[in-house]
Amino acid sequence: MFEKIWARHRVLEREDGQTLLYVDRHLVHDGSAPAFEMLRKRGIAPRAPDRIFATPDHYVPTDTRDVDAIANTEHRGMVEALERNAAESGFRLFGLKDGGQGIVHVVGPETGLSQPGMLIVCGDSHTSTHGALGALAFGIGSTEVAHVLGTQTLWQRKPRTMRITVNGTLGFGVTAKDVILAIIAEIGAAGATGHVIEYAGSAITGLSMEGRLTLCNMSIEAGGRAGMVAPDETTFAYLKGREYAPADWDLAVARWRELPSDPGAVFDREVVLDGNAIAPMVTWGNSPEDALPITASLPDPEREADAERAATIRANFAYMGLAPGMPLTDIKVDRVFIGSCTNGRIEDLRAAAEVARGRRVAPGVTAWVVPGSAPVKRQAEAEGLDRVFTEAGFAWREAGCSMCLGTNGEIAAPGERVASTSNRNFRGRQGPGARTHLLGPAMAAAAAVTGHLADVRQIMAGG
Amino acid sequence: MSARSWRGAEAMEPFRTLRSAAVPFARSNIDTDQILPARFLSRPRDDNHGAYLFRDLRLDPDGNEIADFPLNQPHWREARIALGGRNFACGSSRENAVWALYDHGVRAVIAPSFGDIFANNSVKNGMLAVTLPEEVVASLIAQSIADPAAEIAIDLPAQTVTGPDGAVHHFEIDPFAKKSLLEGLDELGFTLTHAEEIAAFERRLGRDNF
Repeated sequence: MFEKIWARHRVLEREDGQTLLYVDRHLVHDGSAPAFEMLRKRGIAPRAPDRIFATPDHYVPTDTRDVDAIANTEHRGMVEALERNAAESGFRLFGLKDGGQGIVHVVGPETGLSQPGMLIVCGDSHTSTHGALGALAFGIGSTEVAHVLGTQTLWQRKPRTMRITVNGTLGFGVTAKDVILAIIAEIGAAGATGHVIEYAGSAITGLSMEGRLTLCNMSIEAGGRAGMVAPDETTFAYLKGREYAPADWDLAVARWRELPSDPGAVFDREVVLDGNAIAPMVTWGNSPEDALPITASLPDPEREADAERAATIRANFAYMGLAPGMPLTDIKVDRVFIGSCTNGRIEDLRAAAEVARGRRVAPGVTAWVVPGSAPVKRQAEAEGLDRVFTEAGFAWREAGCSMCLGTNGEIAAPGERVASTSNRNFRGRQGPGARTHLLGPAMAAAAAVTGHLADVRQIMAGG
Repeated sequence: MSARSWRGAEAMEPFRTLRSAAVPFARSNIDTDQILPARFLSRPRDDNHGAYLFRDLRLDPDGNEIADFPLNQPHWREARIALGGRNFACGSSRENAVWALYDHGVRAVIAPSFGDIFANNSVKNGMLAVTLPEEVVASLIAQSIADPAAEIAIDLPAQTVTGPDGAVHHFEIDPFAKKSLLEGLDELGFTLTHAEEIAAFERRLGRDNF
């Protein structure tokens, strides 16, 4: 599948193997100001404004929709710069006022902008998300954003390919987030470096589109350049009727059906996992590879054969305030964050609400629900999920990246422990000294109502 | 913000050879959030990003130096080469992580593997990311720790790294990246010379891209 998409986007190929690829969709957010500035300084205008789609997500507050209310002038400047660039260049902005704003990786799929076979780039590492629809999608830096703006193309050397097959059926309470954390724990945070990952197997094809988006979102956390799932009936059903769905639908679907890898396709690397064996996962350290089933206990560095690994575990424990051998379910949390481009979609909110329904956030815990987009928020409200959350004591916020990386100022205090549905548990990611545990939305809700990391299966079974 | 500006994508400073002490960041999976914390992402490019490099590992919350962090060691303050662990600079696409290293004075990073986007961003800014086998990097780190003044020499045309012990290690680099670094190539300007091919491709595209 990767080869087919690559071939369709080749503008020219140099003798040294570098290929100039044409970009179908360039997604832009409010961190893109430096790239526009680079272009402006050179007197170059964006080549194809009709292929650029933008929305502010990194710097918008989630307690108001008013740009003027952003107290930090640098943050406000980033949002305003995007609005100005959109107006000057004439590309579509999903803005705060028109009700279309959201996290760029939520907006792309839900508007139907992200489609099978496309080459999609964005100045954000989680662009790998869009591969869930059978696209080749990856993150780029500011200089590359400027290059795409100016030429609508990007130089690339063909990456290696890797197939990760997850067979079997996922058990009760096991979600896409658990699958990707289990994969990263298995292959390591650098396990897919230099590769484009194609996910396959019954546990993958059985996922909803929302689940596939979560899965592909975290391909970058496995080191992968991109992640993708072959388009199928689930993909077509998801895209049909969306704003940017192709006008000639039947022709589009016919073309999309040609995309999946041919039988016997050869990959540079193959990994196979048993989906039946995956339990709800949670991270304990400062890399997504530090993930364990919720039923496990923390590792003991004294028993670690690799000296560097032992040192890393000790350093993680020191930062995270944890001790060897501790059961994961003994870890108390101060805050819960449900949202982000990993788990801020409607299905994620439904799963969390199912756990929150009729329960209360534990005393001393601050729990936030931040929808991934304004449309997700409206949909959740139409379904009454906002009431479920607020009655349980969760804060119901506006859409944005929020506490995933805290560029808008929404961060945890030093030492605070956060159960988070986001994608990175790096040191300082959610604020200097903040301690992040990654998990799925239902697991995050379970942590909110119990006050500690908890096995959502027991809570749901126990009523 | 509108009055402020970022440094543009002018032609880069060429990179050919470099000889310097090497500051070791020995852990694996050092991520870009550590190299450049997110709260500095809205700073204009012409700010000195070196001030934000490893901010929360280098300085305590009051701004005092944390004594045992490598960058605070006398011999490594001016180091122009950095040594990293496996998966160095994984995570975010933020080019600001490269800017922080570059503005601090680092012109080359040697590690067993890199975050893909970081390695791309490095080349675009004239900073060399050298991949060498894990045992070679471990040896270079050990030598630097044993003698912080020990120098490493990098020769990009010859694609070699010479350790303090005199051992010469060959490294691979994409020919296009090598050319970009050696010539300080302006990639955007170069691609614009292919505008005709891009236009021809666009004419072949249908209204929908599928």
